[in-house]
Amino acid sequence: MKKYLVATAAIFAASLAYAGEDSTLAIEGEVFVTEVDAPEHMENVSTLYSGWTFRADETQALQLDDFDNPAFLFLDQAIDQWDTVEGSEGKSCSTCHEDVADFAGLKSTLPRVEDGELVTMTNLVNECVTDRMGAEPWKYSGAKMSAMTALIAHQSRGMTMNVAIEGDAAPFWERGKELYYTRVGQLDMACSNCHEDNYGNMIRADHLSQGQINGFPLYRLKNAKINTTHGRFKGCMSNIRATPFKEGSEEFKALELYIASRGQGLSVETPAVRN
Amino acid sequence: MKSLALATGFAAILASPLIAQDVKPMMVAFADGAVEDSLTGQAGDAAEGRKVAMGRKLGNCLACHMNADMEEQPFHGEVGPPLDGVADRWTEAELRGIVSNSKKMFEGTIMPAFYIDDGYERPLEKFEGKSILSAQQVEDVVAYLLTLKE
Ligand code: HEC
Ligand code: HEC
Ligand code: HEC
Repeated sequence: MKKYLVATAAIFAASLAYAGEDSTLAIEGEVFVTEVDAPEHMENVSTLYSGWTFRADETQALQLDDFDNPAFLFLDQAIDQWDTVEGSEGKSCSTCHEDVADFAGLKSTLPRVEDGELVTMTNLVNECVTDRMGAEPWKYSGAKMSAMTALIAHQSRGMTMNVAIEGDAAPFWERGKELYYTRVGQLDMACSNCHEDNYGNMIRADHLSQGQINGFPLYRLKNAKINTTHGRFKGCMSNIRATPFKEGSEEFKALELYIASRGQGLSVETPAVRN
Repeated sequence: MKSLALATGFAAILASPLIAQDVKPMMVAFADGAVEDSLTGQAGDAAEGRKVAMGRKLGNCLACHMNADMEEQPFHGEVGPPLDGVADRWTEAELRGIVSNSKKMFEGTIMPAFYIDDGYERPLEKFEGKSILSAQQVEDVVAYLLTLKE
């Protein structure tokens, strides 16, 4: 497969990026939806904003050009991994999947319910790693998994977030909603206190966003690596001095579904860049 | 060894009457969100309170409040109202109530209760059964807030 950094280097000079609070997120001419009317199931918010909108100009700029976006180093590692044989069956991803591009449309519709269970992209990849390749499962937010899920999610970049929340997804969605509004930790706060009641406000040095996940997995300058949704949820819970749920737990999967649904209508931005 | 044990035993005896005077977190008496009596029976130290209010692992009030008196500190939050002039707006008892447990004054507020040690869910283990501030730290912060006049 062609690698990103090599492929994009040639057109680097062509895109002159400008970023600001009201500016447009466009990458190689493709314009992303970063502001849109909230879906009906959101009771207290009328407009959705991508997390990109709230970041400082320098951070925004890094996402405007794939050559500047440090996440692509990790996507390139995942492209190597794609062809790497692992496990007792002697297979690599490419043995069975012709092209990672075939996964376009997956990120925008996950998590989803399969046989009564809520599954995330990480679950789907690990199913192949263990059941089909005969290898040990990859760690939920480990380096290999973060990079591979970012690579797969990237295939949906520009597509519209659109998870199913009715039918057999409804109970999981309800559970996620309950978790979103439940206060936890010694500081006794819910996700909603910061990301619904106070987006747009500064909390110390941080400009609070709506806590959207349309750009995940994404690169953070803070730890210079790919960060997963569950990793971020964990970080926010620890910050309010709450014992986080485990990555891959039923709680975080339900929360992921609920938060994905709060982004219905925004474009997938993976891999986004944050501070 | 023996002298050390003796020394610590002695210190404990000395300290215990003071500790016993602190009103325990869940015993604080609120009236309309205010707390009339000092939590420690000791006067608060405003200079100490300024440090407690500023400390990121203590009050961290700047996370949410602007405060002109702490201009030297970078990044003041805007989740709550500026603290400038709070002493003109609130009495000592009200400020003690707001700092101890602001939910008694402002229903459903995001502001943490700084003097409760129970009633919150899933705390990190190291904070379990603990209040964010001690009784004396609350008194010190209240003494500091009382200096914020316009
Ligand atoms: C032995 C063949 C095989 C190997 C090796 C394999 N997969 Fe799969 N994979 C499958 C099959 C079969 C499915 C199920 C396809 C379906 O349900 O349409 C699947 C499904 C998936 C899906 C979910 C697709 C969807 O639309 O639901 C993802 C993502 C995925 N594989 C990623 C990977 C990755 C990454 C690797 C390498 C680490 C890998 N697979 C290795 C055979 C394989
Ligand atoms: C004390 C306030 C606070 C609470 C409570 C909080 N967060 Fe956050 N969260 C932040 C800050 C600050 C950031 C970084 C700036 C931003 O994007 O808002 C952040 C970022 C995020 C992001 C990344 C958004 C992006 O675009 O990169 C997600 C997702 C998120 N939070 C989810 C959650 C979830 C889920 C909960 C509840 C379990 C939660 N947060 C609770 C403060 C909070
Ligand atoms: C997570 C954010 C947050 C933190 C941290 C915080 N506060 Fe507040 N505070 C608020 C909000 C929001 C209000 C407004 C009341 C409401 O919720 O309606 C408030 C109100 C107040 C008021 C009343 C102000 C007025 O003029 O009406 C005082 C006094 C106060 N806070 C003091 C403090 C002190 C002292 C600290 C640190 C020990 C602190 N706060 C930490 C969010 C916070």
